Amino acid sequence: MATAQNKPMDLLRFATAGSVDDGKSTLIGRLLLDSKSIFEDQLEAVEATSEAKGYDYTDLALLTDGLRSEREQGITIDVAYRYFATPARKFIIADTPGHVQYTRNMVTGASTADLGLVLVDARQGLTEQSRRHALILSLLRVPHLVLAVNKMDLVDFSQEVFDKIHAEFTQFATKLNIPDLQVIPISALAGDNVVNRSENMGWYQGPTLMHHLEHVHVASDRDLIDARFPVQYVVRPKSDEFHDYRGYGGQVAGGVLKQGDEVVVLPSGMTSKIAGIDLFDKEIDMAFPPMSVTIRLEDDVDVSRGDMIARVNNAPTATQDIDAMVCWMTTAPLLPKAKLAIKHTTRNGRVMVKDIQYRLDVNTLHRDQETKQLGVNEIGRVQLRCTVPLLVDPYSKNRTTGSFILIDETTGVTVGAGMING
Amino acid sequence: MTETHADYQLSQLDQLEAESIHIFREVAAEFEKPVLMFSGGKDSIVMLRLAEKAFYPAKIPFSILQVDTGLDFPEVMETRDRWVQRLGINLVVASIDDAIKNGIIPDAAKISRNRLQIPTLLNAIEENGFTAAFGGGRRDEEKARAKERVYSHRDEFGQWDPKNQRPELWSLYNGRLHEGEHMRIFPISNWTELDVWDYIGREQIEIPSIYFSHQRRVFERDGMLMTETPLNPMREGEVASERTVRFRTCGDITLTGCVESTASTIEEIIDEVAIARVTERGATRGDDKFSEAAMEDRKKEGYF
Repeated sequence: MATAQNKPMDLLRFATAGSVDDGKSTLIGRLLLDSKSIFEDQLEAVEATSEAKGYDYTDLALLTDGLRSEREQGITIDVAYRYFATPARKFIIADTPGHVQYTRNMVTGASTADLGLVLVDARQGLTEQSRRHALILSLLRVPHLVLAVNKMDLVDFSQEVFDKIHAEFTQFATKLNIPDLQVIPISALAGDNVVNRSENMGWYQGPTLMHHLEHVHVASDRDLIDARFPVQYVVRPKSDEFHDYRGYGGQVAGGVLKQGDEVVVLPSGMTSKIAGIDLFDKEIDMAFPPMSVTIRLEDDVDVSRGDMIARVNNAPTATQDIDAMVCWMTTAPLLPKAKLAIKHTTRNGRVMVKDIQYRLDVNTLHRDQETKQLGVNEIGRVQLRCTVPLLVDPYSKNRTTGSFILIDETTGVTVGAGMING
Repeated sequence: MTETHADYQLSQLDQLEAESIHIFREVAAEFEKPVLMFSGGKDSIVMLRLAEKAFYPAKIPFSILQVDTGLDFPEVMETRDRWVQRLGINLVVASIDDAIKNGIIPDAAKISRNRLQIPTLLNAIEENGFTAAFGGGRRDEEKARAKERVYSHRDEFGQWDPKNQRPELWSLYNGRLHEGEHMRIFPISNWTELDVWDYIGREQIEIPSIYFSHQRRVFERDGMLMTETPLNPMREGEVASERTVRFRTCGDITLTGCVESTASTIEEIIDEVAIARVTERGATRGDDKFSEAAMEDRKKEGYF
């Protein structure tokens, strides 16, 4: 496992965003095609459709437009996941629509991403939408951002055009929280700087998009200091062979846990030591994110689903008062006094909205304190009071223990996504 | 930071495994009566293995459900029985023949068995009161699946509404249901065909022998190699001959074609898959060929 002799193939999850006409679907098609991840039958179907539509080129966008309604409208309407691999890495793309009313889909795609890829059309330069996409990626704490300046072929591969967009974006990015930014000039249609280095832009010295995706360092994005283990499931076989076995199944959300570590179980505050960590039928030395393991404790303390195992001197905050940025995802607005169900790690509760402090204008970053409500696809700072204490960290420190979803208790639908401040 | 991050690297296969185990535990904790839909194919066997790992040393805390089409490969049934016995789990069989006999579905000889799986499955879910059904669907398989959630909501008619899916964020899954509804759960959504084979190879787990190269009498139909069997009468002009073949998917014997292959070990299959130029469904599944939107339509009706 972690001690593999040769370097194991790792995984990069990235989210793409762009407007309908920025060529995002074409770019993904290009990545899949040039990395030889497209199968012949898929390519043949797309070639046939392109021809039937009277195009004189193969419309790579058709490779990713999944649902029939999308094909009819010619736009991507929901988050779609794509997969490809190179000898260096496996990639999972969360392909999200760039269209204005679909902020919720972008938030969804960005929530699990290591890297965000924003596309702009070189002829248009930065638009409201590209700024909004960058802001959402920064709010969701996606640690790496790539701005791909597309359609360079249509501006004669001009360095001047590229430099201007580059400078403008860098200026805007200073207002955001983007630890790592890479700006790349490309042509998705022609393939320049996507997988193969462009012969038309000798002035560009940086990596191709694929090279960057293959080599961007993501392992250190995880928090390996603050041990967090939300208990998911109590494993009690009650069999003859494992009569007294009692283990706590879960996925490590932070830090490194080892046998013998002194731990505290929250919210009870009981302390114990880790007796052992099991991964299926093997006992392992240590567990770190994102491993799913079963932890046994030395003492017979009361532990159940929704509890969190942490270190004695380094525990999350147990609180019923939550201050968070909330992205609202349903048509009926979020109003003060609203009551909703909440799911945070493996813990469920109910919350009441105490206050909506401000609504964030995702285009200008302006904080609107007058509008005391959040409409669909709006993001704002919200104070919540929960029926049970939640065991939280700031989202900026831990994307697992710092996030939650809000659920409408009548419809059962997920209506909000929250990132805890602090 | 003083830690060297390289020591805490998890391979992509281990990351996928961890994610799937998380999903299995989440469902077992939050749903009243889950069930695992088992086809006998490699994907459902990988699911069984992941479920075994998620709850070990306890037994898997739910039953497995199989739709018996009456047209399944005997080798697949044998493998199924060995897995069921080894894990000591409860097997629920929903038979299409029984469903026809009991008048639950019409005896429409002209309709493919594949179509009849849908009402048979939905009836079994309803009758047994299953609230969550694990399926082995992967998002790399097909364009409609690429958009489906890990927790995929089904209304009281078992239907999927692709335009009205719940947002799914982080690893926070929302399993809320109303009376009569159920959830389809896809714990290996993010696995590719190659990942599945890599995992089978790594875990050394048993899969049906038809996945490996063997001699079989086959005939060509619609560009696919079909098994010669009384269950699937040959049409005029079709000629059977013995060839060296293997199957890339396990389904209804009358619709599932095989490919010529000499791959007789997992390693050889992995080599073959890694350079394959046609999708596994495109190559060998008659049920997906009818229209470009075939899978989307069947999914909306409540297909796996």
